[in-house]
Amino acid sequence: MFTVIASVVILGVIGIVFGAILAFASRVFAVEVDPRIEKIEDILPGANCGACGATSCFAFAEAVVQGKLPANSCVPGGGEGAGKIGEILGCEVEESREMRAAVRCKGGLEESQQKFMYLGVKDCWAATLLSGGNKACEYGCLGLGSCVEACPFNAVVMNKNGLPEVYPELCTGCGLCVEACPRGIIELIPKEQKIYLACMNPGKGKTVTAVCDVGCNGCTLCANPKTTPSGDIKMEGDLPVINFQNNKNLIAGAYRCAKNSYVVEVSFASVEYDIKKCNGCPDQPKPLCVKVCPVKNCLTFDEDTKKAQLSKEMCIGCELCVSECPVGAFKPVEEKEGIEHVIEEKM
Amino acid sequence: MDIKILLIIAIYSILIQNFVLTRFLGLCPFLGVSQKISSAVGMGMAVIFVMSLASAITWAVYTYFLDPSTSILGFFFSEETLPNLTFLRTIAFILVIASLVQFIEMVLQKKVPTLYRALGIYLPLITTNCAILGAAVLNIDGFSAIGLDGKLTCIQSVVQGFSAGVGFLLMLILMSGIREKLELESIPESLKGVPIAFIMAGLMAIAFMGFSGLSI
Repeated sequence: MFTVIASVVILGVIGIVFGAILAFASRVFAVEVDPRIEKIEDILPGANCGACGATSCFAFAEAVVQGKLPANSCVPGGGEGAGKIGEILGCEVEESREMRAAVRCKGGLEESQQKFMYLGVKDCWAATLLSGGNKACEYGCLGLGSCVEACPFNAVVMNKNGLPEVYPELCTGCGLCVEACPRGIIELIPKEQKIYLACMNPGKGKTVTAVCDVGCNGCTLCANPKTTPSGDIKMEGDLPVINFQNNKNLIAGAYRCAKNSYVVEVSFASVEYDIKKCNGCPDQPKPLCVKVCPVKNCLTFDEDTKKAQLSKEMCIGCELCVSECPVGAFKPVEEKEGIEHVIEEKM
Repeated sequence: MDIKILLIIAIYSILIQNFVLTRFLGLCPFLGVSQKISSAVGMGMAVIFVMSLASAITWAVYTYFLDPSTSILGFFFSEETLPNLTFLRTIAFILVIASLVQFIEMVLQKKVPTLYRALGIYLPLITTNCAILGAAVLNIDGFSAIGLDGKLTCIQSVVQGFSAGVGFLLMLILMSGIREKLELESIPESLKGVPIAFIMAGLMAIAFMGFSGLSI
């Protein structure tokens, strides 16, 4: 009995003494953390992606509070997150544009030529060390998935054709895959952008077509002012460059592409056409809309009614006719989500 | 102090009776924190630090509170009625180690924030590490294989704790070095990750059995 009491007392005393020391120590050694740091950390996505330049989300919060990093430099957090951080810090924050990654290569295993069979380590950087990689095209995706490994949000997936696919809804635009790609063919583009050129080979037509079926051969059709009146697609050397700033409709340019080098992710394609308004452009040999439409048999001139006929099945929604029509018979479709025309099929 | 016996204890704890591969203590961090050499070194350093300190403090707690022959309770009770509390050592040591780690964490956070950040998550992880408790208990049990029957002295305990930690660090570095190479090898799908690490650990343990022939 005495042993029982003694053990309880001894352990109790040891416990109380250590407890007291710890309680005392927590007072003496208390570290004052700025409460704003914790609040900001709660807002952040917490993926510790490092796109802002800080080592972790906590380090970013610390740096923002200390003013070392701008509050809007968290790309995955987006404009909303930046606004909340601004509220905590009591300052105005310029919204950062939401970006997403885009793989600028369309030449998978089926479409492109291989220089040799690569059986080494499944890593694009390792493959580049071996005479520049296995793809015959120097600007082509090696398809070994370094970007898939790098993505902390599982937004990049390797498809069966050996090309990485980015899911725009999962992509936060942190840019880790951009750095992970040894060929530099992943690019950040604005999130609302659904059309981009998936080729980075600046070579002349023949050199590109020799290694890839879908590489841009520099035919300049997409950059033609008739196809892209906004001028947002411009040729730089033998490769078109898209200006994403204006967010204009570029479907016509992508449609005209001779090599199918564009990626088009829109699933809507049509215009509203009020045939009653059409006067058939009497002073022209052919109605202007028929002349401008890039799709064959989409807009046709009906000799009997002297009016332009629109085939909705053929329309790709390029909206070139909208600005061309002198009487305003065409209108862009406002609720584009409801239309189930898959543009890829039409092309 | 006899330096020779301290050296023998060190070699014994690092190589012959290595905590991880011969005694099979602390296997959780051995497999959990051995993916990268940098984190393995962090963990190993934290273990060395805590093990040395815990060895000293648990030795004191055992000697002055639990062991009836040297207990400070001897001042209050006669020798016949003095209770033998040595059976409490496991629970008392856990209590001591947990509080110690907490205390060290607080001190480091305030005084040496760089070291605190370097140790990071590994410091609180050590609280429940059986290798620390094992080192403390072994200090009490003694090492009859090298002629140390009964409890070690305080200095010997600290040296034993320190070298056990060094042995642990050595194993973590070896293991993480191998696992970093394994990452790049083509391993059958079913063996990828932890399974191959277990096989590696087994092979290393077999190799380390060679040290048991070392006579000192």
